[in-house]
Amino acid sequence: MSLFIQQLLNGLTIGMVYALIALGYTMVYGVIQLINFAHGDVFMVGAYLALTLIWAFAAVVTGAPFWVVLTALLLFGMAGCAVLGALIERVAYKPLRASPRLAALITSIGVSFFLQNAVMLIYGSKDQSVPEIIPHVRFEFHGVSFSLTQCVIFLTSIALMVFLTWFIQKTKLGKAMRACAENFEAANLMGISADRIIRVTFVMGSALAAVAGGLFGVYYGSINFHDGYLAGLKAFTAAVFGGIGSIPGAMVGGVLLGVLEGLGAAYLSSEWKDVFAFVILIAILLFKPSGILGENLPEKV
Amino acid sequence: MRVSDFFKRLFRRHPFSCQVALFLLPFSLFPLIDKNVYHIDLMTSIGIYVLLAMGLNVVVGFAGLLNLGYAAFFAIGAYAYALLNLHAGCPFWLGLPAAGIVSMIFGLVIGAPSIRIRGDYLAITTLGFGEIVRIAFNNLDEWTGGPNGLLGIARPKIWVPRFEGGFHWETFSFSVNPTPYFYLVLGLVMFAAYLLFRMSDSKIGRALVAIREDELAASCMGVPVLKIKLTAFGLSAFIAGMAGAVFASKQTIVTPDSFDFVLSVLILAMVVLGGMGNIWGAALGALILGALPELLREFANYRMLLFGVMMVLMMIFRPQGILGSQLIRREMRTEKSE
Repeated sequence: MSLFIQQLLNGLTIGMVYALIALGYTMVYGVIQLINFAHGDVFMVGAYLALTLIWAFAAVVTGAPFWVVLTALLLFGMAGCAVLGALIERVAYKPLRASPRLAALITSIGVSFFLQNAVMLIYGSKDQSVPEIIPHVRFEFHGVSFSLTQCVIFLTSIALMVFLTWFIQKTKLGKAMRACAENFEAANLMGISADRIIRVTFVMGSALAAVAGGLFGVYYGSINFHDGYLAGLKAFTAAVFGGIGSIPGAMVGGVLLGVLEGLGAAYLSSEWKDVFAFVILIAILLFKPSGILGENLPEKV
Repeated sequence: MRVSDFFKRLFRRHPFSCQVALFLLPFSLFPLIDKNVYHIDLMTSIGIYVLLAMGLNVVVGFAGLLNLGYAAFFAIGAYAYALLNLHAGCPFWLGLPAAGIVSMIFGLVIGAPSIRIRGDYLAITTLGFGEIVRIAFNNLDEWTGGPNGLLGIARPKIWVPRFEGGFHWETFSFSVNPTPYFYLVLGLVMFAAYLLFRMSDSKIGRALVAIREDELAASCMGVPVLKIKLTAFGLSAFIAGMAGAVFASKQTIVTPDSFDFVLSVLILAMVVLGGMGNIWGAALGALILGALPELLREFANYRMLLFGVMMVLMMIFRPQGILGSQLIRREMRTEKSE
């Protein structure tokens, strides 16, 4: 029983990270129906930016409390990735707005390759170890242990999700985003600037991915330029799982995928861990492409 | 005058054979001109890329379905030949079509359910399938040797007639020398190119283009959409499987990490660069991207970076590729995404 709860907790933790990345996929897909293949790599860039800030902190100040470093690294990653996201949208996707999906998808694969190899050239191809910034505190309860890092991941992710839900539901910009997702042309006719909404979507998605990247690096203690590919694919699975285009769906999908993966690794086989995500992905795409919370969208004629 | 008439008529009668002969036969002189073993070996590898690019072009170019797990079919072909050879002693010439057929069966099994789903979802499904295949080859240690792969795969043998001391057949085994492989690959490329030209000019080819342009309209006109798409998928997997068998016999070793996602994207980049839907375009793309790392040795580290940039730029400025048709250009420019 304690193994089960332990795996559930570990799965929930990584599920939160998947959910944060999945939000970016689902928001972009909701607005422009593009599978932004480069999103996983934005996440990876976020992790590297966080690492860079940890190095910078270590060089300049010593003995800063951990939450200061953590906040700084998350904000730094968010700012960097927000700019990157806007830049990618402007350079790579904007000229292709009127092209078929295939063209934009191929472009996003190109961007993904570019980011991966740019990071590899700058930081090297070896795993980079992330210094431990959160004190090693573990809470033990009936043989189930829960670290402070996991606690931080939970609180940060939940706070961001609450913020995002509020933003989408209540603010004017959020309403405009929903309008664009509902009917792009009609929203344009109502005076909503499509370019602006698309830019905001990319900026917010990338900032969320950056937070996920920072937390991922801190949690695992090591990052590699390849990490974005697998994490991105799993987050995409999570987005599809929950119903692509649906924001609560991405959150639920991410957490569920993390839990399923954690339990699968513990009870079935850890070697095949990565296969679970892909099998789930294919199964959902084949049998229920609308996901758990997504609406059923028929192919438009 | 009469000679030119003869050629004109020949070309009109057999346009595809003539094109294949005209563009590919000159390559048979390559080993005679350039005696550098390394260069011949490189050209052989490029030939395998050409095969793969032509095969992927059937699905991506003709049918407009993005397959991001194409390396998996290449891997299945390579492993199929390796296993048949190591366990059943299957000779290369039997293993070559067998690998193609095994790969085709996998293509049909994967394709049958997934081809119904929308274009961009299909891309992700094939990607997932590609990863599953690679991880499976990595983890099924008992059969595939795990990460170490399979060793000691037999090279092809051919029988040469000899007349000295009475007529008899002499076996000639392929060795490390790449020249025989070069001719083997060249022959396969010629075969595949001819096959694909015939296919693109047939009912299937026209149906594929119709589906790519407007699936709904095509199905209303009575094109059996699923059947045609599946045919394209199977044919494409068949070519990759044969390329895999050649690869396995040339390397005499197969390991799972030769078939990762990067290879799938590399082949896709070749098709995109050369021109989607154009058979010579795919071949040209493979030739350029295969030879580029050799020509730009000092930029070796920037290779993948440049591929990424190239894919973005091609899609923005020349979506039809170097040799792409006007048809594809118009489709890629004006078709409004839903």
